[in-house]
Amino acid sequence: MIAKQFLVTGILMGVAGGLMSILFRFQLSWPDDKFGILSSLLGKWAPEGQMDPNMYLGLVTMHGTIMVFFVLTAGLSGTFSNLLIPLQIGARDMASGFLNMLSYWFFAVSSVIMLSSLFVEMGPAAAGWTIYPPLSAVPTAMPGSGMGMTLWLVSMSLFIIGSLLGSLNYIVTIINLRTKGMSMTRLPLTIWTFFLTAILGVLSFPVLFSAALLLIFDRSLGTSFFLSDIMIAGELLNNQGGSPILFEHLFWFLGHPEVYIIILPALGITSEVISTNSRKPIFGYRAMIGSILAIAFLSFIVWGHHMFITGMDPFLGSVFTFTTLLIAIPSAVKAFNYMTTLWKGNLQFTPAMLFSIGLVSTFVAGGLTGIILGDSALDINVHDTMFVVAHFHIVMGLSAIFGMFAGVYHWYPRMYGRMMNKRMGYLHFWITFISAYGVFFPMHFLGLAGLPRRYFTNAEFPMFDELQDINLIITVFALLGGIVQLVFLFNFFYSMWRGAKAPQNPWRANTLEWTAPVAHIHGNWPGEIPEVHRWPYDYSKPGHDEDFVPQNVPMKDGEVGHS
Amino acid sequence: MTGLLTALIIILAVLTILQIIRIYELSGDLNKEKSYLTTYDDNNRQGFYLLLFGIAIVASLIWMMIAWDEILLPQSASEHGVETDALMSISMGLILVVYFTITPILFWFSFKYRGLKDTKATYYEHNNKLELIWTSVPTVVLAVLIIYGLTVWSNTMSPENEEDPMRIEVYAQQYKWTARYAGSDNNLGYANVRLIEGANVLGLDLEDINSQDDFSPMEIHIPVGQPVLFTFRSQDVMHSAYFPHFRAQMNCVPGMTTRFQFTPTITTADMRKDPDVIGKVERINAIRAEAGNEPYEYDYLLLCNKICGSAHYNMQMNVIVETQADYDAWVLEQQSIIQTLAANN
Repeated sequence: MIAKQFLVTGILMGVAGGLMSILFRFQLSWPDDKFGILSSLLGKWAPEGQMDPNMYLGLVTMHGTIMVFFVLTAGLSGTFSNLLIPLQIGARDMASGFLNMLSYWFFAVSSVIMLSSLFVEMGPAAAGWTIYPPLSAVPTAMPGSGMGMTLWLVSMSLFIIGSLLGSLNYIVTIINLRTKGMSMTRLPLTIWTFFLTAILGVLSFPVLFSAALLLIFDRSLGTSFFLSDIMIAGELLNNQGGSPILFEHLFWFLGHPEVYIIILPALGITSEVISTNSRKPIFGYRAMIGSILAIAFLSFIVWGHHMFITGMDPFLGSVFTFTTLLIAIPSAVKAFNYMTTLWKGNLQFTPAMLFSIGLVSTFVAGGLTGIILGDSALDINVHDTMFVVAHFHIVMGLSAIFGMFAGVYHWYPRMYGRMMNKRMGYLHFWITFISAYGVFFPMHFLGLAGLPRRYFTNAEFPMFDELQDINLIITVFALLGGIVQLVFLFNFFYSMWRGAKAPQNPWRANTLEWTAPVAHIHGNWPGEIPEVHRWPYDYSKPGHDEDFVPQNVPMKDGEVGHS
Repeated sequence: MTGLLTALIIILAVLTILQIIRIYELSGDLNKEKSYLTTYDDNNRQGFYLLLFGIAIVASLIWMMIAWDEILLPQSASEHGVETDALMSISMGLILVVYFTITPILFWFSFKYRGLKDTKATYYEHNNKLELIWTSVPTVVLAVLIIYGLTVWSNTMSPENEEDPMRIEVYAQQYKWTARYAGSDNNLGYANVRLIEGANVLGLDLEDINSQDDFSPMEIHIPVGQPVLFTFRSQDVMHSAYFPHFRAQMNCVPGMTTRFQFTPTITTADMRKDPDVIGKVERINAIRAEAGNEPYEYDYLLLCNKICGSAHYNMQMNVIVETQADYDAWVLEQQSIIQTLAANN
């Protein structure tokens, strides 16, 4: 139930965040044209259909914040951790139902506050989702740094509390409530990723909380943690001795693990979906666990690659370059293992499977450009350009959202007891996949042409005039990709009531959630909790009649378990 | 009007999609199939689509690389930038080789092993030898890239100077740049926002002996081949001084001074004769003529690349690289900040 709450809230936030991106793409492509739709949606922020620069930055900021935290953190791992952890490890429920409920309601309240900041007098927070001070700390620096920023900080603080409560609960549940026989090396990879994601969250979110708290102090109590020697709007501030760079360190100490908090659950979901629909064990199960562990560990010592050109000591930059490029190794292992799982498989192209293959493709495409950006010497010239925007949208945005879609299509029958429509799923996948690349491949070229991100218009620089056609292409694909999400929304809500009734195990999968009855009951299983006798990837195992052997099926005489 | 039309198009698109869905549903009912399970037919079709997509994505990336090569930044106009570009080409080449290898394999496997009637999956858990290969090969390649990258990084950030580089301060504020030259003593006078008063907009310490010959021109002029040590200050929020043509960038952080040194190697005049640049300017001017804008002339630019407020998108300053003789003549025309302040009073 809590999973569904997270999912539906996440989808609603996703609609809001996606719509914002369409609006600012309009502005970027047609900076001189007037759009009635803008003034009707944005009111005074788009007088006569022309967007205000502050609103542009506000939309960019809110799009980033909502997508990163509300959709891909809470919406993705909140949904699937709550749904799958008890069901896949064979537990009656999460360790603490109460913490679970709190984690959702903190998230819900923080969502409402975040959205409400769009409607305040001076507009929403507009300093970018990274809210670097002093821009975010001094209300006179820009309109969005007034009430909008206050609400942003309050909302994020509540969000972090909710996220921590959830994460602690996931960790405790996975460690303590596994059913008999469910050793750590028999856990589905989904659970492994949720487990590491929760650990990352517990270790890094408090640091963002402290950054937010110190920023609140700087804004309201006159402290100078992040401020020094500043004159804004003709007024000299008293603050002395603080450093905005300190904020960047605190922010990215969360910020970088955060991207793995986003991507790991998507990778876990994909592992499960690809294995099931290849009718074949996931290739290199232990290597997959090893690479998840390696990625999780490395994610804590790479945050400085966001700060190569902040004036940080170049030696420190070298260290971060070294650790950052190392991440390519476990990531490469994962990509190769996915491909080998497909090899000699019997591929069943459900919409979930298509989205998972899409994820592998975007994870590779976006991961590779990370080798450019992680290299401090190259970062100098592409830092904060559209190249970065293209990179992180592909590797983290697209991959994670594809993972989320794969999860929704795959576990929809488990959540709602009904099936989603396959054909609409195909339509949704193909248009989304094509437009995703249509948006973000061309964007690399803009960045390599030196086009900075977060520019309200590029028209002030004649050198960017020849990039306008590419901007137009991007916007057309963005619109297309945006519109086709309506198919998904329709399919999602329509199938809740009108979808075909789901059988108990529609995908003929091995994990325990498919051994529970379709109808939701308290405690998940009516009788005894199933006991686990094997790993979750016995697909097409020789010596069995069916091409799948659920985890609760006892070993035959002489049968050997996975190595 | 455009707005209305756009809204209309969106609504029509939605209606079309809904109709398509309806048709799909009805045809599904007719066939009495279990509409949610994949059939051999589905697998066949989707596998084929995936193969097509794989070909299309590789082809379109190649097309983009050819068609849009001309919009990229022209050759680097700084000494270290040549090294940066070489590293960039090698890294790009490497990732493209990997991409153009993996993508076809991924989509080919998807097609080849699509679940048809007779397809059987092979039970295959792992292969230590394979896994060792694809762990160690990336490790070796990355080790080379890391060492190469760090060499370039260290050459860029800590260049060896035979003699003192010329000092120029770039001062950032919402939403403009101000340059300050160290003058003939090549020492910048002390400055702080707390000393800003009236026309002394940079907060220069007028008593400081080093301040006396500092001057503040409207554009940055640099003699070609002269190493320049830029120092950066910000008055209000964070900015980022981005010189794309020189492959140089450094943040401007209030409360501290940051620095970046580079040596320009091509004068603005020479760069305008570069064939790539000539082509670029021609294309841009064709676009501008059509829109009724005045023609564009190629210049090196300093722009802001860290979100800094509402007019962040328009914070620019020209950078002119010229011969030593032209530069010397230009310097003679400059009035020191202290002289300007005195003249104002």
